[in-house]
Amino acid sequence: MNKAISIKELSHSFGKKTVLSGISFEVEKGEVFGLLGPSGAGKTTLINILTGQLRATGGCTLILGTASQDMTGEHYKQIGIMMDHFGLYERMSCYDNLRFYQMLDGNGKDGIEEMLRGVGLSEAKKTPVMNLSKGMTNRLAFARAILRSPKILFLDEPTSGLDPTTVEAIHKMILEEKQKGTTIFLTTHNMHEAEKLCDNIALLNEGKIVEYGAPADICRRYYHQKRIQLHLKSGEDIVLSYDADSGKKIKEYLEMGELETIHSTEPNLETIFMELTGRRLEKE
Amino acid sequence: MNHVKAILWKQLKDTLKNKVVLIQFIMFPVMTVIMENAISIQGMQEHFFANLFAVMYVGMAPLTCIASIISEEKEKNTLRVLQMCNVKAFAYLLGNAIYIVSVCMLGSLVIGLAGGYKGFDLLTFILILFVGNIISLVLGAAIGVASKNQMMATSLTMPVMMVLSFLPMLSMFNDTIRKIAKYFFTQQLNILINTVGNITVRKDTIIILLSNMVLIGVIFMVSYRKSFMRNTSPCL
Repeated sequence: MNKAISIKELSHSFGKKTVLSGISFEVEKGEVFGLLGPSGAGKTTLINILTGQLRATGGCTLILGTASQDMTGEHYKQIGIMMDHFGLYERMSCYDNLRFYQMLDGNGKDGIEEMLRGVGLSEAKKTPVMNLSKGMTNRLAFARAILRSPKILFLDEPTSGLDPTTVEAIHKMILEEKQKGTTIFLTTHNMHEAEKLCDNIALLNEGKIVEYGAPADICRRYYHQKRIQLHLKSGEDIVLSYDADSGKKIKEYLEMGELETIHSTEPNLETIFMELTGRRLEKE
Repeated sequence: MNHVKAILWKQLKDTLKNKVVLIQFIMFPVMTVIMENAISIQGMQEHFFANLFAVMYVGMAPLTCIASIISEEKEKNTLRVLQMCNVKAFAYLLGNAIYIVSVCMLGSLVIGLAGGYKGFDLLTFILILFVGNIISLVLGAAIGVASKNQMMATSLTMPVMMVLSFLPMLSMFNDTIRKIAKYFFTQQLNILINTVGNITVRKDTIIILLSNMVLIGVIFMVSYRKSFMRNTSPCL
């Protein structure tokens, strides 16, 4: 059983509104899987179903071989969740928040200081959550999610609205968890994040998976145009096709010493999403 | 048991910084100490302020505290996180109930001592308030469970709290109010408290208290079953 997550023909509706339809994919153990889609695509609904917080109206979801709606306390010990709404106790300090969750598992204080150090919150350990910045709160929520050393980590938009430094810190923590063999399921609308972190991704639009695979493979799959972009020292931009004539022209520019930069024009996840759906992943 | 202990610990840490809850716990005990020591009117009934504030305390503190705590957990999504830690509804409610009743009993003790109750009379006084605190707590839990957020909880708690707390006092001045008030558990507690030292428990008092308990128990069960919390969380 190498599948951490299996989803078959999953669908969900809120009243008459269908938010997920015919979703099927699998996530291997130890993989970082990204679910990409614009706001309102159904990403959080899917996470809520996978974590047993919401019962799907159709289809089947298995988490480490157990149907997500049948998960009990023992199953929950194997998963960590960081939601977009944090679920932290605002008046309690960072340390006390982690201590409380340790107590619920019947554990002592071991590892809390180390965990806070790991997410860079050592100095803020006595600070109430309500006084933390959004980035610090995210890091604390991440620390709480990995406190139980989960086998699967669900991260719902872990870097949404954060500054680049904090985003970098959270990416580092995610990759460290991957190194430990944790399966990571993250939702995002940030294509750079997905390209950087994920082994596989699924593009979700209006409740349907429109593309699935490794980011690089998807980009290669949609590399139809095959063009080369030249930027000359004069400031002029020239686009050439993939043929013998273009090779000659590039050689000429090189010999004349006029060539400043040369780029291939592979698509990225954003342009592929646009091509597939006519929508942008990220807000403009 | 781990979960109950953890919830207790969390409440202890949290309440010290939660002014809304903290004020409810200490307001009437402090007022009793002040009034019992500062005001003395000739002919005034013995333990007057202690008896008056004790009933108000029972009608307000457990009710508003538990409603506030549960509705805040729902609003801030911490209840969902507790679900992930496999905290069951019973453990969650028991942890909160033990905490609130313990603190309210401490407050009741302060009121009793400030009112000059001693020995067996103090014990009787405390026992009467214990019954009241439990009934009030269950009603507050029903409101907390039924509320989607703190604002809704406050708007539901306020009128209930006003009726329960002030009816016994208002019934001292108006016969019609007294006739209505006697069907509320706080008025029956008021009657019992005012007879401490020479207590006689009448049949209608027991019937009304039991009816109140059953009715509030039913309200809680209905609220629990209909609640959003039950659908989304095995916790509640």
